[in-house]
Formats: sequence, structure tokens, C-alpha cells
Amino acid sequence: PHALVFLEHRQGDIDSGSLSALTAASQLGGKVAGLVVGSSEFVPTVVDKVKKLKGLTSLLHSTSDLYAEQLPETLSPLLEKLLSDSEYTHVVSTPSSLAKSLLPRVAAKLDVPSVSEITSLEHDSSSNSTTFTRPIYAGNAISTVRLPSSVPIKFFTVRATNFDPAPFEESQEIEVKAIDPVDVPNCPTKHISTQLAKSDRPDLSVAGRVVSGGRPLKNAETFAATLDPLADVLGAALGASRAAVDAGYVDNSLQVGQTGKVVAPELYMAIGISGAIQHLAGMKDSKMIVAVNKDPDAPIFQVADVGLVADLYEAVPQIIEKLKQ
Amino acid sequence: MRPSTTRLLNILVPVKRAVDYAVKIRVNPQQTGVDLNVKHSMNPFDEIAIEEAVRIRERLPKGSEPVTITALTIGPPKSVETLRTALAMGADAAFHVELPETAPAPEPLGVAKAVQAIIEKQQNSVDMVILGKQSIDDDLGQTGQMLAGLLDWGQATYASKVDLDLDQKNAVITREIDGGLEQVCVKFPLIVTTDLRLNEPRYASLPNIMKAKKKPVTKLTPADLGVSFKPQMEVIKVTEPPKRVGGTKVESVDELVEKLKAAGFTAVS
Repeated sequence: PHALVFLEHRQGDIDSGSLSALTAASQLGGKVAGLVVGSSEFVPTVVDKVKKLKGLTSLLHSTSDLYAEQLPETLSPLLEKLLSDSEYTHVVSTPSSLAKSLLPRVAAKLDVPSVSEITSLEHDSSSNSTTFTRPIYAGNAISTVRLPSSVPIKFFTVRATNFDPAPFEESQEIEVKAIDPVDVPNCPTKHISTQLAKSDRPDLSVAGRVVSGGRPLKNAETFAATLDPLADVLGAALGASRAAVDAGYVDNSLQVGQTGKVVAPELYMAIGISGAIQHLAGMKDSKMIVAVNKDPDAPIFQVADVGLVADLYEAVPQIIEKLKQ
Repeated sequence: MRPSTTRLLNILVPVKRAVDYAVKIRVNPQQTGVDLNVKHSMNPFDEIAIEEAVRIRERLPKGSEPVTITALTIGPPKSVETLRTALAMGADAAFHVELPETAPAPEPLGVAKAVQAIIEKQQNSVDMVILGKQSIDDDLGQTGQMLAGLLDWGQATYASKVDLDLDQKNAVITREIDGGLEQVCVKFPLIVTTDLRLNEPRYASLPNIMKAKKKPVTKLTPADLGVSFKPQMEVIKVTEPPKRVGGTKVESVDELVEKLKAAGFTAVS
């Protein structure tokens, strides 16, 4: 096999999920090419860093002002050109909002399916087929699917929680090759602006500890006043249930669940979260789950390793105080 | 005075009948799938898509170009119920690409090809396709992007706000992306996929449910569209996820913090 891994970066910072995607690509057991795209401001520094990633056998990069803001409409022609009549057998990425928008577009152009958010894989070279597992129905069932040899290029995205990030190897020397950008005349889509939520806290999707809040946190002010100190004392990322996000307590990028982020930290503290199946889908692979909830019958207690039936407004300040002791 | 040539804003909304979000999912004993003899309803993201199409019509000033909303589904005979829901919410007409009861679930690429064929059947008069960002059964989340690729249209996935400019023939869309929001401007015709915060779908009123029964539903076969829904992914088996053993409760904050510290989770500041 020869995999092409789409390695993402944001303003020069390498996306940690891409490192897990690389690990998954390496498990196919063949050559692994990385692809980095962007503007001249960031591509050289990103290339310098990622060419040391263990598991890569070559690195391609394409630099253009066209790729400063990455749109599926501008990146798709580049990937189509790269993949058409090529020796690539797999296209791999992290399920970022960009890659999820881009990969299916390219796959459709090449008339092949794509497999979303796989949790394991096995490639059989003799039959040229790849078998994946992936959660369906919000993780309430696990589907094992096979892409047979009749699918010439196999696209898939990789759940970062199931694959360790690829490490860097200083001594590594691989082929690095520039690829010409592909012009897109009359592009139907223009980027206008991006607003990223600023936070000094760890990134939710890779944090080792997560403190998550639900609807009983009342509003944005009480959410912050109650959970920020707990997250601070634990050095944790903040997360939230869909109900809390819908009610506007926190930014949507903090949503944990079937339609939000899937996390598997060492510690997940669910504060005032009842544990709807859609939420459990996003956190039930956490190593240790601690739940604080007033309702003793809340489903979250069925998955919690440590459950406390209590009023969160009494319990959380005490937890903070006792952790500090 | 009425304009003599009225151009329609033509919105197509593909919808899917899926196991209701509140149903407890059970894997069948043969491990070929999940128990489907349970309550089904419209995929929640598709409800948001229909709602947005109806709101686009409602937001336009009176007397401006009329909006036609066509719903579409692909599935067994019972899927017509989902179309009736879409019609009761405000769609004007619907297509039902009927599949046999026992047919395997179509894959996103097959669905995208069928929607493309229907757009071509409508003499390419469709300005906009709005569809859910994912369905809550297979959780693949690909159909909109695949359709955009097949048609070579602009796409705005994960939309949380849609503003149309009918004079300029474009849409400014706010998208939910990792870590924040992004605004893009996409020319007509375009594909939009809906995120949760785009709107809150309405409940259909009884009079509208009655009216929906009289709205036209056109039946089509895969052969009519020249599309095959033969899956390319082979489902080997479907299994229960590993059960998490939880359920341990503590009596006090002291006990909770002890357990945290014992597991190595101490204060960092």
C-alpha cells in the first residue's frame, strides 16, 4: 500500500489529530506520503517539522496564496490531480472540519466511497482489501466494514482517541517534494472571515483532563464561575453537553458528543450532565469518569467510575478546596 | 403590479428516515445490523434542513420571488412518512425514490448520485440543496460534500447561519469549524449542510398535516434515475460496543477527592 496522509496545520501549528492519522496510515504496512498545503508564510516551517515525523516515507507540499484559507473547492482539484493515475492506495486524514468537508468531495470525484472515523484497521495485501471498525448509532454499535480491491483508492478518517500520535524522529531523512498548486478559475466560494475562540486552556480534543458542564450550570456566567476554577486546579480543558452549548453557556467548539467532539482523556469530570446517549458517545472511552449530579437516576452514573449524588453548587467548591489541600 | 416573469428560488432538501434519536439501540442476534423494528423519524439534521428552507421563504419580503421547496427521500415504502413530515413542515412537493423493504441502506455516494440525477431531471433549475450534516444512524457525514463534488458546486458544510442575496445570487454562510466560526460567500447554485444551531425545527400543525396529505409525492425507481445503490463497503458484522463497567457511587466529596488523588489526579496549581 501507499497512503497519502493529509497533514493539517493551523497558522503553522501541526494538528495533533493528523499525527494520529499518520499512525493509522503506518499500520497499513506500506509507504506513507504526507501532504502539507498552505501559504508561503507557514509551509516551510511546517515542512521542516513534519519531515521528522516517524512513519512518513516521503513528504509533499504545495504552496500558494490560494491555500492561505483552506477551502474544499480550492484543495479538491489539487488532490484530484495528485491522486488520478497515481500509485496511491489510501487517503487518510483526521476528522477535522476541513478534512471532513474535503475528503468526501474528492472521493466522489474519483467515484469511490469514504469511511468516516475509523477506530481500527487491518490491511490484507494479498486481497488488496482493508477492513475497518467504526462506531455507528452514536457508538451504540460497532460496524466492521471492508473496502475490497474493487475500490482502487480507499479514503478514511481516523478517530484520534484510538491511535497514538506519531512521534518525531530527529535523525530521519526522507524525500521532500514540492507540488505545483492547481489554479481554480471562477471558484464559487470565497472565504470572508474566521473567528477562533481564544483560550489558554488545553485543547479539548487532546487534553488529558476534561471538566465538562451541563444545563444546570444556568448561564454563561455561572458556568465560568463554577467550572473555570475546577479546570484551573486540575489543568483541565473545558467541555460541555449539547444542552449547555445550545443554551449559549459556552462556545460550540466545546461540545462533547455524537455531533460534537469525541474525547478520551485520562480524567473526564461530568458536572451536572445527565448523560444522554448522544453525550456518552463522545466521552465513554475516557479512562476515569467522575460524575456529580443531583439526580441519583441520571444515566451518567451507569458509566461513571466515581459518582457523587450532590448539588453541584455545593460539591464543586468543596472539591476544588480539597484538591488544593 | 405582478412581475410578468417570476423566477422561482428552487430549494431541494433530501431527507432520511432514521431510527428515532431516543430509541435504545440493540444489535441483532445475527450481528448483521441493529434492530429496526423500532420507532423511526426524520433524521434530526434533516428536520433542521427543511426548517431552514421554510424560513428562507418566510424571511423574504412579500411580493419577492416565490420559493419552491422540494423534499426528497430514498428508502423503503415507509419512508413516505418522512416525506409527509417534510410536506407538513412546509415543503411544496416531494420525490420518493423507492427501494425494496429488504434493500441494504444506500451509501452516501449512491445517495449523492441519485440527488444529482434528480437535479438534472429538473433541468438544473435547483439553486440550492440543503441537507443534514450527518444522519444519526450510520454517522458517515458525507452526502452533501459528495454531491457538491459530483456537481462541481460550491459547498458550505456545518452551517449555523444562512443569508441569501437574491440579487447577487449568492449566500453568506456562517460555518461551525474546529475552534470557532468561519464565514464564506458561495455563489448559486450551492450545497449547504446543517449544524445543530442553525434553527429549531417547528412542529407541524394539524391543519398543515392535513394539507400535506394533498401535496404531490412523485415516485421514482433507481432505474428511472439510472443509479445503482449497490453498496461498495461490505459490512462484515455489527457488534455491541464494549460495556463500560461503572456505577460506583461515593457518599461524600471527601471520598470523591480521595479517589481522584489515588488515581494520580492532583492539583496542578
